[in-house]
Amino acid sequence: MNELALLVAATLSAGTPLAIAGLGLLLNERAGVLNLGAEGMLLISAVAGFAAAYHGGSEWLGFAAGAAAGAAVAAVFGWLVVWLNTNQYATGLAVSLFGSGFSAFVGIDYVGRQLGEKTAHAVPVLADVPFLGPALFRQHPMVYVAVALVAAAAFFLYRTRAGLVLRAVGESPQSAHALGYGVRRIRLAAVVTGGALCGVAGAFLSVVYTPLWVEGMVAGRGWIALALTVFATWRPGRILLGAYLFGGVTMLQLHLQAQGVQMPSQFMAMLPYVATVVVLVLISRNPLWIRLNMPASLGKPFFPGA
Amino acid sequence: MTRSFTRKLALGAIVLGATLAACAKKEEAPPAPAAAPVAKVEPLKAAFVYVGPVGDSGWSFSHDLGRKNALAKFGDKVTTTFVEKVPEGPDAERVIRDLVAQGNKVVFATSFGFMDAMVKVAKDHPDVYFEHATGYKTADNLRVYEARFYEGAYLAGVVAGKMTKTNTLGFVASFPIPEVLRNINAFTLGAQSVNPKVKTRVVWINSWFDPPKETEAAQSLMNQGADVLLQNTDSTAVLQAAERNGKFAFGWDSDMSAFAPKAHLGSVALNWTVYYEKSFGEILEKSWKPEVTKWGVKEGMLDFVKPAAFLPEDTKKAVETAREGLKTGTVAVFKGPVVDNTGKEVLAKDVVADDAWKGAINFYVKGVEGKVPSGK
Repeated sequence: MNELALLVAATLSAGTPLAIAGLGLLLNERAGVLNLGAEGMLLISAVAGFAAAYHGGSEWLGFAAGAAAGAAVAAVFGWLVVWLNTNQYATGLAVSLFGSGFSAFVGIDYVGRQLGEKTAHAVPVLADVPFLGPALFRQHPMVYVAVALVAAAAFFLYRTRAGLVLRAVGESPQSAHALGYGVRRIRLAAVVTGGALCGVAGAFLSVVYTPLWVEGMVAGRGWIALALTVFATWRPGRILLGAYLFGGVTMLQLHLQAQGVQMPSQFMAMLPYVATVVVLVLISRNPLWIRLNMPASLGKPFFPGA
Repeated sequence: MTRSFTRKLALGAIVLGATLAACAKKEEAPPAPAAAPVAKVEPLKAAFVYVGPVGDSGWSFSHDLGRKNALAKFGDKVTTTFVEKVPEGPDAERVIRDLVAQGNKVVFATSFGFMDAMVKVAKDHPDVYFEHATGYKTADNLRVYEARFYEGAYLAGVVAGKMTKTNTLGFVASFPIPEVLRNINAFTLGAQSVNPKVKTRVVWINSWFDPPKETEAAQSLMNQGADVLLQNTDSTAVLQAAERNGKFAFGWDSDMSAFAPKAHLGSVALNWTVYYEKSFGEILEKSWKPEVTKWGVKEGMLDFVKPAAFLPEDTKKAVETAREGLKTGTVAVFKGPVVDNTGKEVLAKDVVADDAWKGAINFYVKGVEGKVPSGK
């Protein structure tokens, strides 16, 4: 029982950075911009967050710096693809490659540095409930913030006028433009916000989760977050579900191994991806789901004059 | 062998960037003596090819320390160049050819994945010496060298066996290849040599480098009761995870004591200097021969360094005894009887394992839990 609680706790923690980054990318894509630079943004914000937390001595300063770095990189990306109409795929990949190189370069001095003592987190009273306490209520606050962010994003997208406009820009920029909305400004705003969220996720990885900085430490989580947006059929709630599913399967296979369950580790390492593919297949069986939710102008440039 | 894949993964994402970076070379030479009075001998020009950045505080860093020390020892008889962050693959060959074209008379390539490039270039340049770390292909002018890592794992095991309170050790493993299995088994045998009750639990993460996953694996091992950990992966994540949980762990590749003052029991550190000195010496004396070098604690290529100050006296003594034993040859890590964890005898009594046996390890010794993930 206790082990199950630990597994649940580890799952929530592992899913959190994926959920936050996935949510940021979802906002981008809802506005019609595909940002393949997620991995690079996560790396740059991871090093920025780590540096800020190291010098400032506060995790929250780290998150702020991560968000700022993510937003800054995203702003450059957004300017290129939204204003200059560069190809979104190529530009995103360039950001990804640039991010891994740049973060390694500026992060040289932070390799091997340590952040101060970690404080244990516990929700008062609830943390002492048997099973549920250790499973759910002894997490870093950011784990709960992630859930709140997902709820806020769902509310924003489906219950507010601004959210409707954002989705309109992703569906049919021409129509939104004809109605007088500044498509480019809205897209840029979505990209920058998404970048800031990716930044928080990157900082969470380097400041709370791992916590250390080394070159390439994000190790592919940016790509997983990108896949999550498709997995979630661009719905915020499903992003959270997907992130926990992915985190859960990963943690489960490590826990099973540690318990000495005899199963080939390569098979278990494959499980999260198999789960993803299975869910994708299930989702794609219903074309309506994809059609209803996939932003129609995803990845396509918009020329206001044309 | 580990490094090869390690660096490939670590650099995987930035292969393109690295290609550009590979063009950045640095030259280090002692100042030329002003107007040599006697006929001056041309210094031996040596080049080093590194797969990672020299500041990685691990593999490439350890080779670069070896280069610097050899340079200091031979003074103006040797000049060296190095190229860092060279991706394994076609670029490696270009870099090595370039170094030969610049007049280097010996090239050290320090990652497994440079093997085929080295073989090709060596064939075209019979007058140049080629040295390849962790490879297995040799030629008249190409030879290989590597370290017996498992001796370090054995020494860590001796300390772990003494320090564990739960009699459960944890191992964060990368890929199920003989080198890693040797380390897991040696770690367990070392622990059993001082504490027969020890069990080892293994978690495979199928990566040489993934700090968040290394952390998760370490955490799950500690959740299952493991209180001393060793890893065959490249970051300091496992050590730092142990530190946060009040458990123990070791450094790997280089001295990692600074990363976890409370958890660090000691580091298995490499020292390539001994080999580079030998190699330069042999080339200068023209006694270089193509041979296979596998060195360990005895030759000083590997050592258990920085044992924690808080280790009890008898633990310090036990590891020192084992270290001396490896040096003098009275201790052999793989010496019969060795029984695998299904109860089968894999090495008969009093037989000391040869290289072929060690190269074909595909089982866990008794005391390691679970089954080697081989798909069988």
